[in-house]
Amino acid sequence: MDLLLPHTGTVIWMLIAFLAIFFLLKKFAWKPILGALKQREESIASALRSADAAKEEMEKLQADNEKILARARKERDEILKEARDLKDSIILDAKSQAGEEAIKLLETAKENIKSEKESAIKDIKKYAASLSIYIAEKLLKEKLANDKEQKDLIDKLLRDTKLN
Amino acid sequence: MHCVSRVRLLLLSAIFLHIFSINLISASEPVEEHSETTQHGIFEPGPFIFDHIGDTYEWHIIDIGHKKISIPLPVILISRNQGLIIFMSSKFHHGSKSYRNFHIEQEGENKGSIVETLPDGTISLPFDISITKNIASIFVSILIILWLFIKIGNAYKRNPLSPPSGIQSLLEPVILFIRDELAIPSIGKNKHERFMPYLLTVFFFIWINNMLGLIPIFPGGANVTGNIAVTMVLAFLTFVVTAISGNKNYWKHIFNTPGVPAWLKVPIPVMPLVETLGIFTKPIVLMIRLFANISAGHIISLGFLSLIFLFGQSNQILGYGVSVVSVLFIMFMTLLELLVAFIQAYVFTFLSALYIGMAVEEHH
Repeated sequence: MDLLLPHTGTVIWMLIAFLAIFFLLKKFAWKPILGALKQREESIASALRSADAAKEEMEKLQADNEKILARARKERDEILKEARDLKDSIILDAKSQAGEEAIKLLETAKENIKSEKESAIKDIKKYAASLSIYIAEKLLKEKLANDKEQKDLIDKLLRDTKLN
Repeated sequence: MHCVSRVRLLLLSAIFLHIFSINLISASEPVEEHSETTQHGIFEPGPFIFDHIGDTYEWHIIDIGHKKISIPLPVILISRNQGLIIFMSSKFHHGSKSYRNFHIEQEGENKGSIVETLPDGTISLPFDISITKNIASIFVSILIILWLFIKIGNAYKRNPLSPPSGIQSLLEPVILFIRDELAIPSIGKNKHERFMPYLLTVFFFIWINNMLGLIPIFPGGANVTGNIAVTMVLAFLTFVVTAISGNKNYWKHIFNTPGVPAWLKVPIPVMPLVETLGIFTKPIVLMIRLFANISAGHIISLGFLSLIFLFGQSNQILGYGVSVVSVLFIMFMTLLELLVAFIQAYVFTFLSALYIGMAVEEHH
């Protein structure tokens, strides 16, 4: 058999054999293999895509969280400030009210004292007047038992009155 | 990592087998050559080499002493006077006897072919579709390829999304390499899928047959991809695929090449002729490149082997000395051929893809 001349029998068998292996492999090997490779690549690509999407979602959520947190912090500050203000105003109110009350109490006390004092003075005056009248009556009863003495007294009184 | 070590083990065992079998050959060959040297007087490396890389009707395994051990293969002949005849090649007793007027020609221009001696004494060549060594080797390789790829195909079918395991992880990078580095750049992303089965089949058929050819003992050892009939069929199929899938743009490019001055087309159609010739030269070059590369590798290895016997003829001790050098060179050649086996499969597939790519390319 010549090395450089294709042998007809070999050509025929080779053609049959190669076409047979081609169609068998195409159906039973290349189709599932290439299909699976493609499917795997697609699934990897989609997994990567969804991972990216999840990451984005996470970032968005995180941003939202931060926003919510900031708002909450602000709200808390506001509430605290309001509370502080309220406290201050309550204290202030209480203070001023207490002051007023105290002033009022003092005034009434003063007034009471004053009126008590006045009534006491009045009483004393009244008592003193009645006492002096009593004493005078007694004195007069004793001293004015005779006319001379009565006359002297009148003179004396008149003198005193003149001096005044 | 596991995979790499397995490949290395395979390589090592292939090399070891090679060395081992060279020893077998060198032990057995002198006996065979002895009978030849008594006929011709001296050892002739030419016939020795071409007998080994050529095709035969039986699958020779080994000679033990004077006993030839070979697997008989079916001979199928269609003769003009006897019709269809099928028998085993063992009927020829290694070519020494004739059977039903058929015998294997030992000399002359039909050397190695089966010829029929007609009743009037003249010789005629029957139509020969025997299962020769090369064809049997093709069948063996086809069984290996089918087993391998249907097995991994089923694995992909069972769980397409799981990562590859075992033999899958060895072949998947190669399949991906052909798709991503070879088919897509040459044919294009949109159209490559149609041609992937053909390209993959061609690649693995050539690659596995190249490697089987490197194993010197049964079931390897046949020079399948170094047989011009085999490479012719492969190149012819690439030609057919290219011609069938060629679009309007491709044929227009051949018969009315754009951007070429008109005087090259009329009155003498120089460019169309050159382009038409190109349709045929491309597959012919594919055919010759694969055949020549693989045959050359076998010839060089056998040449180094022949050196042992050439030197051994003049001096036995010199022959033993040369054998050390020769075996080292053959080891080197085998490693090189292992690389060539892949490269040639790659080149054939790559050029096929390029030609197909040219045929389906859209005008831009």
